Amino acid sequence: MSDNGSGKPKFAMYWAASCGGCEIAVLNIGEKILDVDAAFDVVFWPVAMDAKYHDVEAMPDKSITLTLFNGSIRNQENEHLAKLLRQKSAILVAFGSCATEGCIPGMANFSSTEEIFTAVYDTISTHNPEGTRPKTEWMTPEGIVLTIPQFYPMIKTLDQVVDVDYFMPGCPPESHQIAAVVDLVIQALAGKATLPPKGSVIGAGGSTVCDECVRARNVKKIDKFVRIHEVAEVDPTLCLLEQGILCNGLATRSGCGALCPGVGAACIGCYGPAADVVDYGARLMTAVASVIDSRDPNEIEAILDGIPDPAGSFYRFNLAHSLLRAGKPAVSGNKP
Amino acid sequence: MQRITIDPITRLEGHGKIEILLDEVGEVANTYFQIPELRGFERFCVGRPVEEMPVLTNRICGVCPEAHHMAAAKAGDAVYGVEPTSTAKKLRELLYMGFYFTDHTTHFYALGGPDFVMGPDAPVAERNILGVIHKVGLEIGGKVIQARKYGHTVVEMLGGRKVHPCTAIPGGVTKGLTEEERQKIEGMGRWGIEFAQFSLQLFNDLVLGNQGYVDLILGDVYTHRTHYIGLVDEQNRVNFYDGKVSVVDPDGQRLGKYAPAEYTDWIAEHVEPWTYLKFPYLKQVGWKGFVDGNDSGVYMATPLSRLNAADGMATPLAQAEYEKFFTTLGGKPVHQRLATHWARLIELLYAAERLVELATDEEITSPHLHTVPTKTPTEGVGIVEAPRGTLTHHYWTDERGILTKVNLIVGTTNNYAPISMSIKKAAQSLIHEGTVISEGLLNMVEMAFRAYDPCFGCATHSLPGQMPLQVTIRDADGQVVDVLSQYCGNS
Ligand code: SF4
Ligand code: SF4
Repeated sequence: MSDNGSGKPKFAMYWAASCGGCEIAVLNIGEKILDVDAAFDVVFWPVAMDAKYHDVEAMPDKSITLTLFNGSIRNQENEHLAKLLRQKSAILVAFGSCATEGCIPGMANFSSTEEIFTAVYDTISTHNPEGTRPKTEWMTPEGIVLTIPQFYPMIKTLDQVVDVDYFMPGCPPESHQIAAVVDLVIQALAGKATLPPKGSVIGAGGSTVCDECVRARNVKKIDKFVRIHEVAEVDPTLCLLEQGILCNGLATRSGCGALCPGVGAACIGCYGPAADVVDYGARLMTAVASVIDSRDPNEIEAILDGIPDPAGSFYRFNLAHSLLRAGKPAVSGNKP
Repeated sequence: MQRITIDPITRLEGHGKIEILLDEVGEVANTYFQIPELRGFERFCVGRPVEEMPVLTNRICGVCPEAHHMAAAKAGDAVYGVEPTSTAKKLRELLYMGFYFTDHTTHFYALGGPDFVMGPDAPVAERNILGVIHKVGLEIGGKVIQARKYGHTVVEMLGGRKVHPCTAIPGGVTKGLTEEERQKIEGMGRWGIEFAQFSLQLFNDLVLGNQGYVDLILGDVYTHRTHYIGLVDEQNRVNFYDGKVSVVDPDGQRLGKYAPAEYTDWIAEHVEPWTYLKFPYLKQVGWKGFVDGNDSGVYMATPLSRLNAADGMATPLAQAEYEKFFTTLGGKPVHQRLATHWARLIELLYAAERLVELATDEEITSPHLHTVPTKTPTEGVGIVEAPRGTLTHHYWTDERGILTKVNLIVGTTNNYAPISMSIKKAAQSLIHEGTVISEGLLNMVEMAFRAYDPCFGCATHSLPGQMPLQVTIRDADGQVVDVLSQYCGNS
């Protein structure tokens, strides 16, 4: 795939601590992938081609035109690659929820390493009478020391370790948005379009999921929250929040086309905070409070108690990046 | 001893790492296959509402999110003691068949199959999907893309998204099927049956027609006499979505079947200090280390295991292939790991046939999608058969359905011990008196890997078959003799 002598712009994609879904989403852009292949030399993409880190190390600084970086920063290697690719790339995109805000695995930041180890290595199905734990260094009976990397106690987002040019939200980003971003970069390189200012969110809309949702909002107020599996029949056309089902659409950035509410499921917020939202949880809280049919603080509190898991609902995808990140008791004395 | 370093990658943390230790005479003393990453879903899912588990745990793996989605939904059903409506169960299974169809197609054509289609001696650069297209013809590429797309379409139609579906909840699903959608799926399924038959014919012509390949499949290097497990229906036929787990010994004798809630009577996990991943084994037989045979609790859970652990397939065309499979390979069970590729194609045919069965079921377009749970939630286990092995989700909740404890045994993890054993065997067959056949070693390890289709996304984060490998070989003094590395699979 790569042809370093062609003078074409260069493309790289890398997964750090990632589930692989972002890579699948790129492969799912279908025929558009041929445009990528035509417009770029693919110089580094571990999923798609044999690749060596030292090949990247040998590249001149800023010589990779576009790098899509997915996954969060979970160990030294992730961090090393983030720094290396930053140095070698002209445009570095934090691609997908893990890289931009930590995603679901970022909820690990609620817990200490020891709590995680106990939950994994002392389960009902684990026979571990000696309480064995993985060791970063261990001497085999053959007398050889084996090493495994240390488990970082905190998940970090890409912009917490390097300077990021653009942020592309979504878990994973939807294929049509990926295709649009690829098109934009190709046009910009041809001088036919201009790239947005550094630091912008790309591949998403400027409003909220609610704005894309086909469900009707009647500014109805609710007097209690219900959970989706407790509802006999979810009205297929009415706003979920107005049916008392907690939906994150109000605080979540548009871009997916409101897919989940479209199939009867609540938005769980995978596109991250809507534009200008500083703290996602706080925004969602305000949004939720606005549909509650009460002015009595005690009653409001009682209604909010109907939300089964406020911490999870408000920081499900963005804990690693949120204001909550610092100073949690569970992780004190446990710095990365 | 001189240190030979071939193409070193200085930092490979977060990926698979293999250490080969040699004794004084330079024979293989031991091998270690290390998984250096952990994420801890078992911990941070605690505190979350159980109905969210299908959308939280699918983030464990972007390659098989559908499997986690279904196992989590079934565990949610069990926690509430609620029986989903018949239509809901069928819709979940229909989505799941679309997923299997795509996943098995991808594996055969892009990852595992090229070794066979191109031949194991073909240059690495040709053993990929492009090589297959060049050899077999361009129209096959179009068919493969079509097959993948059809599977994705079914997943998206029923699950709401192409990756990380969102429609399964305790008691049922949130999205039904219209008649128009149903017709579309039926059409894709019928095409899928033909595609699966075409794929089996291809395997037949290229592989079974070639004695060299047959010998390779039947050879000793890729053979381990282990136990096997797999989900089966009431008539002991392979099922991906529901049933009991059948367990057979290396002689093919059924030791029993367990319901999801009974898994702790059958499966236990062993911890080693040199890796983050655990080693499941059969509890009643016990952990005896990395050895095969009737006395070792090591078992395998793959397409080959499922065929070994069942009495047949539930659809007619797949059943005929099932019979041919065991007749050709000398009866049950088949211990040769490379036969897994053939088993996978038989499952591909089953998935397509089952897809059409479900798409033509008269209940499938019914609006009865959900049973509201009425009991107090407590504890429950959900099991599905993921393409890469039996997937178990076990949840405990408080009376509001908030998780208090989570236990997961994911697909690929089942096969961690057998994969480790295959690596050792490949190393032993290629390293003698300190002489290493570098290229051959990597190829053989790679082929051993691909048969299992390991997806350490479930444990770490690599795509199936794309396991980046680093092999370090040390002599008896611990000195590095050789470092070999490559991404296992470059398609
Ligand atoms: S953002 Fe979502 S799809 Fe992408 S790697 Fe993270 S979990 Fe997977
Ligand atoms: S509706 Fe919400 S959770 Fe669903 S894809 Fe869109 S942003 Fe993500």
